[in-house]
Amino acid sequence: MAGGGSEDMQWCFSQVKGAIDDDVAEADIISTVEFNHSGELLATGDRGGRVVIFQQEVENKSVPEYRSEYNVYSTFQSHEPEFDYLKSLEIEEKINKIRWLPQKNASQFLLSTNDKTIKLWKISERDKRPEGYNLKEEDGRYINPGNVTSLRVPVFRPMDLMVEASPRRVFSNAHTYHINSISVNSDHETYLSADDLRVNLWNLEINDRSFNIVDIKPANMEDLTEIITAAEFHPHHCHTLVYSSSKGSIRLCDMRASALCDQHTKLFEEPEDPSNRSFFSEIISSISDVKFSHSGRYLMTRDYLTVKIWDLNMETRPIETYQVHEYLRNKMCSLYENDCLFDKFECCWNGNDSVVMTGSYNNFFRMFDRAQRRDATLEASREHNLPLQLLKPRRVCTGGGGGGGCSKRKKDEISVDSLDFNKKILHTAWHPNDNIIAVATINNLYIFQDKVSDPDSADDLSASDMMCTI
Amino acid sequence: MNASAMDVNTEAKRILAVSISKLYASRSQRGGLRLHRSLLLSLVMRSARDIYHSAYAQAAAEEAAAAMDADKELEKVSEPLVKSPEPEKVELECREREEDKEVEEEEDMEDVFESETDSEDKENMNPSRHSRKRRGNTSAAPDFLPSKRARLEPGEERHAVLLGAVVPLGAMGLGSCRVGESLNAFSINRVAMPAC
Repeated sequence: MAGGGSEDMQWCFSQVKGAIDDDVAEADIISTVEFNHSGELLATGDRGGRVVIFQQEVENKSVPEYRSEYNVYSTFQSHEPEFDYLKSLEIEEKINKIRWLPQKNASQFLLSTNDKTIKLWKISERDKRPEGYNLKEEDGRYINPGNVTSLRVPVFRPMDLMVEASPRRVFSNAHTYHINSISVNSDHETYLSADDLRVNLWNLEINDRSFNIVDIKPANMEDLTEIITAAEFHPHHCHTLVYSSSKGSIRLCDMRASALCDQHTKLFEEPEDPSNRSFFSEIISSISDVKFSHSGRYLMTRDYLTVKIWDLNMETRPIETYQVHEYLRNKMCSLYENDCLFDKFECCWNGNDSVVMTGSYNNFFRMFDRAQRRDATLEASREHNLPLQLLKPRRVCTGGGGGGGCSKRKKDEISVDSLDFNKKILHTAWHPNDNIIAVATINNLYIFQDKVSDPDSADDLSASDMMCTI
Repeated sequence: MNASAMDVNTEAKRILAVSISKLYASRSQRGGLRLHRSLLLSLVMRSARDIYHSAYAQAAAEEAAAAMDADKELEKVSEPLVKSPEPEKVELECREREEDKEVEEEEDMEDVFESETDSEDKENMNPSRHSRKRRGNTSAAPDFLPSKRARLEPGEERHAVLLGAVVPLGAMGLGSCRVGESLNAFSINRVAMPAC
């Protein structure tokens, strides 16, 4: 790539999916986003219990700047609202998580879960159909056998591509509390599901039985002080899993040690800074997401204000801490009142673990380049929808004076008080092998890609003013 | 009380009020009570209460100390022997009042996590509904709370969900929380601390 090895990424708008109007139906709110292992498929789940899968088209070679576009591949209703009659509780159909299985054959498989039930879906293509039956017309009507004078062998003929999603397994009745995570094991045979107090291990083939591997429910619920907020299997070691807690700690468990992994193998915890103590310390230290790096060497955690990178070999403190929106620290009382303090942001790694990304408010999302120690704030907005339009970096200014205004109204600056806290980006995903990112606002899915630099063009540095470099 | 202590107290009270209303609102949330959210709410309430109490105790001690100093200036040498028990007495009074408040708060919390099994259970209905039960001389309990309380059946999971969200007040040695099955309606006015 021309321009030297600095690996500056310039992010451009690629696509946006979803309705344009501001009146958002609750069912359309996106609740999870996940690329599959090849990056060819991108799945989203919403509060209405639907899953929409986008597929990357075959690359358009005539237009080298374009990477392929994602178009709708399949849409299906994964979960329906249910009612637990015993407890008089409604079970929401909202899809909490989607996880893809590695592809083994022509079909694709994914796990989707709501608060109580996990389902394994098979997504298969059908592009041929048998024609030439002896006893059936093409439209399905039966032929009177007496009218058949000759026999023929039915043959497969091409048809328009049809993508079918069918539920292959339903894993239910294993969770008393609300499921927050699912994670497929590297053995491709088992997966875990985690709720507030327990982690269960399933075999993908067996849906009527699961093993409980972590149980932090105290004997006396009055003694409850922390709950499980997220859990994940190690990407390579099938015996290792981690789970994060509402107290800001992460526990690593080794299933070889014992059947019940209540005793952790490692505990990752950073002592709290006493000067930061406030009414809301517990809420903001609660970890909302935990993700292993692709290498398996590092862990990333997201709490309300920061992203932390942990080295699995060091439990005492994270190796890196990135401030996502520190300017919100003084606003916590109002964020508590409008419930924003309870928002659960997710985070993700890029393919080679050099950059991490997470969402914020005002449809901003943040990227942290670990190697180059740089960060960027970008915005997912309908105002920048021209194809390949470069995203300009945004800045939030806190301002010292009353009103929190910026001293100089720079074009891309916005003051803290002007942030729209209804526009939040909770779910983001990064293509496993490429610089394509999927960013979900409340009901829209934005796809951004980095500008593929043309090897024949003049140096990229000429456009450095426009660049949003990371 | 000095100005900053007042601010802290005001904020603590406000946060408590907001928290209680959130707890009440979460009762009608789709999907049922969320354990994580309930736990965080109860932790915030405990923080607010602790900060309120410590700010209050500190302010009371400061007042007493200031009173002590003022007295010392005005009185003769022999008098301080009479006056010195005062700050202790004031502190003791405050502590007693604190405990009363805590008991009352605990009852608040208990009430918040109480529940009704049955929509037919008229005694435990919305406080705006006047119960036909005669109220005894329960000065501690407010008048709209039912005199009968739902009892916990052993081993019932949903109670555990609610109970789990309760601050472990049992640890304070002031009595254990009884758990019901869903939330009683709860007026925000209950949160107002009686001024000492």
